Amino acid sequence: MPTHRAVTTRSRPTREPAHRADVKRRSFLGLLVAAPVLVTAAEIGRQTVFDSVPEASALAVPSPPQPAEVYDLLDVIRDSARPTANLITVKVNRDGTVSFALPRSENGQGIITSTQMIIAEEMNLDPDQVEVTLADARPELVFNQLTGGSSTTFSTYTPIRVAAALAQGRLLGAAANELDQDISVLTSRQGLITGPNGKSLPFGDLTTKAAAPVTEAANVVLKDREKFTVIGKNRTKSDALAMVTGRKKFTTDLKIPDALPTVICRAPDLNGYPRSVGNLEAIRAMPGVTDVVEVGNGVAVRARTYGQCVDAVNAVEARWAAGTVAGEDDESVLRKLRRGELPLAVPKGVGTTLESDTVFYFRSNSSLETNCAIADVRANSATIWGPSKSPIAAQNEIAKKLGIAQNAVTFHVMEGGGSFGRKLFFDAALEAAEVSQAMGKPVKLMWTRSDDSRQGRVHPMATTRIRANVTADAVASFEIRHTSVATETNPGLSEAITATAQKAPGGNLTVSESIWETTQVTPYNVGASTRLLSEVDMRFNTSSMRNIYSPDVATARELMVDRIAAQMGKDPYEFRSEFTKLERWKKVVDRAAQEGDWGKSMAEGTAQGIGMHVEYKGVACAVVELDCRPETVNRKIRQARTGPRVTRVTYVVDVGLVINPRGVRAQMMGGINDALAMTLTSSLHLTDGHFVEASWDNYFYTRQWNTPPEMNIIVVDDSDAPEPGGVGEFGVAATCGAIACAYARATGEQPTYFPLDHKDPLPFTPYPTSPPVPPSPTNGLETTF
Amino acid sequence: MPNHTFQLNGESVTVEVEDDVRLLWVLRDLLGVTGPKYGCGINVCKACTSHINGKAFNPCSVPVGAIQPNDQVTTIEGLADTAPGDGLHPMQDAWIANDVAQCGYCQPGQIMAAVAKVRQCRAEGREVDDEAIEELRNICRCGTYNRIREAIKAGAENM
Ligand code: FES
Ligand code: FES
Repeated sequence: MPTHRAVTTRSRPTREPAHRADVKRRSFLGLLVAAPVLVTAAEIGRQTVFDSVPEASALAVPSPPQPAEVYDLLDVIRDSARPTANLITVKVNRDGTVSFALPRSENGQGIITSTQMIIAEEMNLDPDQVEVTLADARPELVFNQLTGGSSTTFSTYTPIRVAAALAQGRLLGAAANELDQDISVLTSRQGLITGPNGKSLPFGDLTTKAAAPVTEAANVVLKDREKFTVIGKNRTKSDALAMVTGRKKFTTDLKIPDALPTVICRAPDLNGYPRSVGNLEAIRAMPGVTDVVEVGNGVAVRARTYGQCVDAVNAVEARWAAGTVAGEDDESVLRKLRRGELPLAVPKGVGTTLESDTVFYFRSNSSLETNCAIADVRANSATIWGPSKSPIAAQNEIAKKLGIAQNAVTFHVMEGGGSFGRKLFFDAALEAAEVSQAMGKPVKLMWTRSDDSRQGRVHPMATTRIRANVTADAVASFEIRHTSVATETNPGLSEAITATAQKAPGGNLTVSESIWETTQVTPYNVGASTRLLSEVDMRFNTSSMRNIYSPDVATARELMVDRIAAQMGKDPYEFRSEFTKLERWKKVVDRAAQEGDWGKSMAEGTAQGIGMHVEYKGVACAVVELDCRPETVNRKIRQARTGPRVTRVTYVVDVGLVINPRGVRAQMMGGINDALAMTLTSSLHLTDGHFVEASWDNYFYTRQWNTPPEMNIIVVDDSDAPEPGGVGEFGVAATCGAIACAYARATGEQPTYFPLDHKDPLPFTPYPTSPPVPPSPTNGLETTF
Repeated sequence: MPNHTFQLNGESVTVEVEDDVRLLWVLRDLLGVTGPKYGCGINVCKACTSHINGKAFNPCSVPVGAIQPNDQVTTIEGLADTAPGDGLHPMQDAWIANDVAQCGYCQPGQIMAAVAKVRQCRAEGREVDDEAIEELRNICRCGTYNRIREAIKAGAENM
């Protein structure tokens, strides 16, 4: 047990700027692709861009670097994408526009906009001149078409720049020829290359001349960061206009010939299925209904309108097989988790031993757009439209299900109405294909809200146990044991991870262990620090939800950090600032405390809380103010959860190089609102083999009356990190930790489960599970305003 | 099957469908007007919010048979035409200026509800403040609430 102390803070290493300069000067290898117009592609070598050597910043027992500090999930996903990255291409069209098909899924993260910005930067264009579309499933891209773990920008930033820079170089070369000028005197702006004599040529005129006759490799140097004019500037989303006028098309908005609304009648139990259906003929005769077939998960109804599908679904008389967790409830699942818990290894008794044990209940990752897909399955081919973050895996599974070749399945990736991890899967696409094949007709399949809530994927229930041994002024050990209902990783993600995880320190891990090992960092010098995961397979439909483990682990960890601080007689902020491992992390903690007025006087029953988190090549710190006074907690709002209210959030985040600060702030805001839900109001209750919550009047995601009236999000704009980190999930964990700590400080109680209201009486009467869909009211004209 | 006639975004439409089919499906599945979104079907998520005779309502919870021939139904697609000038409605402009939308799925409903809330506040002589905005029940699962607040206040100034 190391009980000696580390040396105190070192000054910032001078190699940082030099390191950045290295990146700047390095030349990259790209590809010129033989084509009638200019097409370039990227192929890059391994770069080491992050300083992984921890520096002790305080008088504390240093913890050695943990795997995730050296090689994290973003590295895993990027490295798995690397062998196929050369297939990403930038094309200069004859009309002068530049186009790029992004092999990623957009569900609101703003990655189309940030990709436009990256290309525009290298080619000196206006981002509007770059057309970015989502690529259909392309099996040759293998792992490179996966959107997960907040990896997109990190994985694609350099390859896209390389391809764009190469294109810019070729266009300049072609212009130099045409204008009979030296390349160095030409300027390129907004798609026009101009010589010293004022003569200029548009990209469109140059693209054929710049086109490569044969495919060949070429070297290119990227633009200096100091010269960026687009990257780092606020930019509104490219589809903002389409979104506010109703013109943006989601999957169920598409008009595919003959693809009529289709809904599946599902079992009362989670994952139950039909044994027999008594009234198929009667259902077929209902108004609007065109087809009814029994499929694996239930009884599929196709009709003229969704309303008529739902009426028919509710009339189905079926005998249902028991589900995968028949008869189970929250407490029985918890008992099974308890049996799977791993022991803590460090014995009690080195100094003071502090222990905690926190339960996290199931949470739904339903987005507002329910699961949906359109399928048109013919004899030997299938065409699918739907949101998917892993279209290649979807294509593969659908082909298997239909018994046709993978290349006979065309998967059009649609923009999704939110994802939060659920769209890593493609449950609806698989079902739509099955139903279309069975009916012999195109279908537009949609899950109803109650399906989505009760049968859809969930964030797993878990326990987090922590033991810390604390001496007078140091932490000797800090152990985390996280025990979770197994999280399913989708085929695409697991292939990407297992294919690469071998390279990670400690290789040869299973998929969930890999994700655990490559995402979890205890960001403090806390001596012997261990983090272990065990998973109990309970046959739930699970997936991540803006991260898998981090928000829960951070909640438990930050609560424990506050207790350690108290044990040492230190302020929560001062402890974090002193014990955090890297100077870059400390700066963020200090800034959050300062901007959030840490330590200001707070009324009785209210308190501040602070939480930090390290992940995605970045660091975040939240300071929140929480109001737990009875008049706030007990305020009454119809069909709502009120409870403690977060009145102010200050969030400081360093995500490395920032492409679009406005986009990063938006992601943080979403994550913060998720954190409120995770800690305060949103959970699913398992009863008798099914989830009770059937809609948004049961499942209390953050609403206007919960959201913090004051929210200040600060994106560090002078990060030492030279590349963009991940942002999509990064607002959640630190905020969860801060809210939990604020609650403990405001009430004097240590919470032992989350969300805090999980065991309160349900403020609603549950909808029946059979018939499965709550009928639409008819009194909508009485609630106008 | 009965015929139903009503005024949709300034034009008279007639559609042949059973009386009890909710207006949301008539709009989306039969008339192809897909701005109003489905998020619950039971009048709680407010993703389908549109206007009837200038007031916010939720077509998922109104049978088409309850709509009268003279009723003016306005969806997000028709909102801009209800404001003076050729451009967007001031609330839509405010939404763009504040880059409110994330995935965008809830936003047609958010904007329609916001416009009605501002009109309601004006009619009742109230401020369009946080308290008024907290009466809005529209869910945004992407968590854009704080930008929505800014946009409503800005949009209200130009309404
Ligand atoms: S779909 Fe109409 S309120 Fe939810
Ligand atoms: S923007 Fe996605 S639900 Fe609101």
